[in-house]
Amino acid sequence: MKHVVTLNEKTLKESLKRGGCGECQTSCQSACKTSCTVGNQGCENPNR
Amino acid sequence: MLHQYKNNGYNIVLDVNSGSVHVVDELMYDAMAVGEKLIGEIEAPIKLDDETKAKIKDALIDKYSEKEIDEAVADIQELIDVEELYTRDTYELYINDFKERETVVKALCLHIAHDCNLACKYCFAEEGEYHGRRALMSYDVGKRALDFLVANSGNRKNLEVDFFGGEPLMNWQVVKDLVKYGRSLEEPNNKKFRFTITTNGMLLNDEIMDFCNKEMSNVVLSLDGRKEVNDAMRPTRGGKGSYDTIVPKFVKFAKSRGTKDYYIRGTFTRNNLEFSKDVIHFADLGFKQTSMEPVVGEESETYAIKAEDIPKIMEEYDKLAVEYIKRKKEGRGFNFFHFNIDLTQGPCVAKRLSGCGSGTEYLAVTPWGDLYPCHQFVGKDEFLLGNVFDGLKRKDISNEFKLCNVYAKPKCKDCYARFYCSGGCAANSYSFHGSITDTYDIGCELQKKRIECAIMIKAALAG
Repeated sequence: MKHVVTLNEKTLKESLKRGGCGECQTSCQSACKTSCTVGNQGCENPNR
Repeated sequence: MLHQYKNNGYNIVLDVNSGSVHVVDELMYDAMAVGEKLIGEIEAPIKLDDETKAKIKDALIDKYSEKEIDEAVADIQELIDVEELYTRDTYELYINDFKERETVVKALCLHIAHDCNLACKYCFAEEGEYHGRRALMSYDVGKRALDFLVANSGNRKNLEVDFFGGEPLMNWQVVKDLVKYGRSLEEPNNKKFRFTITTNGMLLNDEIMDFCNKEMSNVVLSLDGRKEVNDAMRPTRGGKGSYDTIVPKFVKFAKSRGTKDYYIRGTFTRNNLEFSKDVIHFADLGFKQTSMEPVVGEESETYAIKAEDIPKIMEEYDKLAVEYIKRKKEGRGFNFFHFNIDLTQGPCVAKRLSGCGSGTEYLAVTPWGDLYPCHQFVGKDEFLLGNVFDGLKRKDISNEFKLCNVYAKPKCKDCYARFYCSGGCAANSYSFHGSITDTYDIGCELQKKRIECAIMIKAALAG
């Protein structure tokens, strides 16, 4: 593509197939405590 | 749904429903917008017909050459083919499964001390007391809390326990004893505890640092930035500043963490809207993991963020982002919690739908063992869920939290940021609107800005 650089692929749709293991960190346990910042949490599913 | 924005010289297009992020030139920026009006959202790839192509050409021909427009249309087609443009939100179909999901408790915020040796003016815990009495958690209550967590965690292996307050170091022996007890539960129950602690640092000493470096996977160190800013809002109970006491300890502590996490975490208020300077101050002190949160308080408080402050705050995030990129490129970078975003290995859709987990996966425990949906609900009687001795009694309240998701919040439905913030903070929503399915509007504006900056930073550091 001449006019586009894509930083990532369709990650959300792909994650539907293997997601939901629940092993990830609870978001407020990190460094916020007063807002909800799920998007910056990591995935901890070893099988993703 | 697309979200298009320009920041720091980058043209960025988010295809919200696929999660794809595109950095584009001016031509493509315009072409994608025109395309969205004509194509809308599609569930599966389509071939652009001649009529659509002609309409895109008509819309752009005054600004771009025919050849350029043909190239843009080809690029659009390519992105449609790989389902990274104009995709439809199909996750709402998943929501029925989501509502039926079995939830387990996987994290506790242990209010180890409802007491504090600072008198921070914005404290939602009211100087540690949470609208109630001063109290320290006993070892017995703490033990029962850990037993409750293990018993209610199903097959979940990693369990999180945050020692919170008030100031948890005011009850340090119990913290140590509970860590020891928690470790004794790991092997027989096939669990792994991740202990964390949030402290103001006043009582930190070498023994505490050594213990935390061995046992705590993360430590959150509270400091608001520059001395005058910190001391204005974080005085001791005697009215003195806390900066000079805590900063040398925090610097030493951060250096000693090794591979374990820490965050130096501040709160900014209306009194220091130039908070980018405070974050840079953290970086200049040598801290590599930083966080700075907007204060949340009653609108009547003089320090509370008001809608009219939003433009200034946005400017500050932009300034911070530019400096952040500069320092990363110079090899002296630091991390800022709200600019962390993992575009490829981030949370799955299930996590993004379920949000922070308050009231279901995450609960707060008071010093006397009462359970609340999270630390910010503690002291609000209408949210008392039960206690660690008798378990969860108010399944109706837990269910309300379980069903709280981006599709249950009318304001989130058309918001591009819904899969990044997952509907925002339930406690903030309740504080401002009396409902957990609303949103805290100022918080949303700031959250969106942080997401835009975080993605722009990815673009800048990728190129």
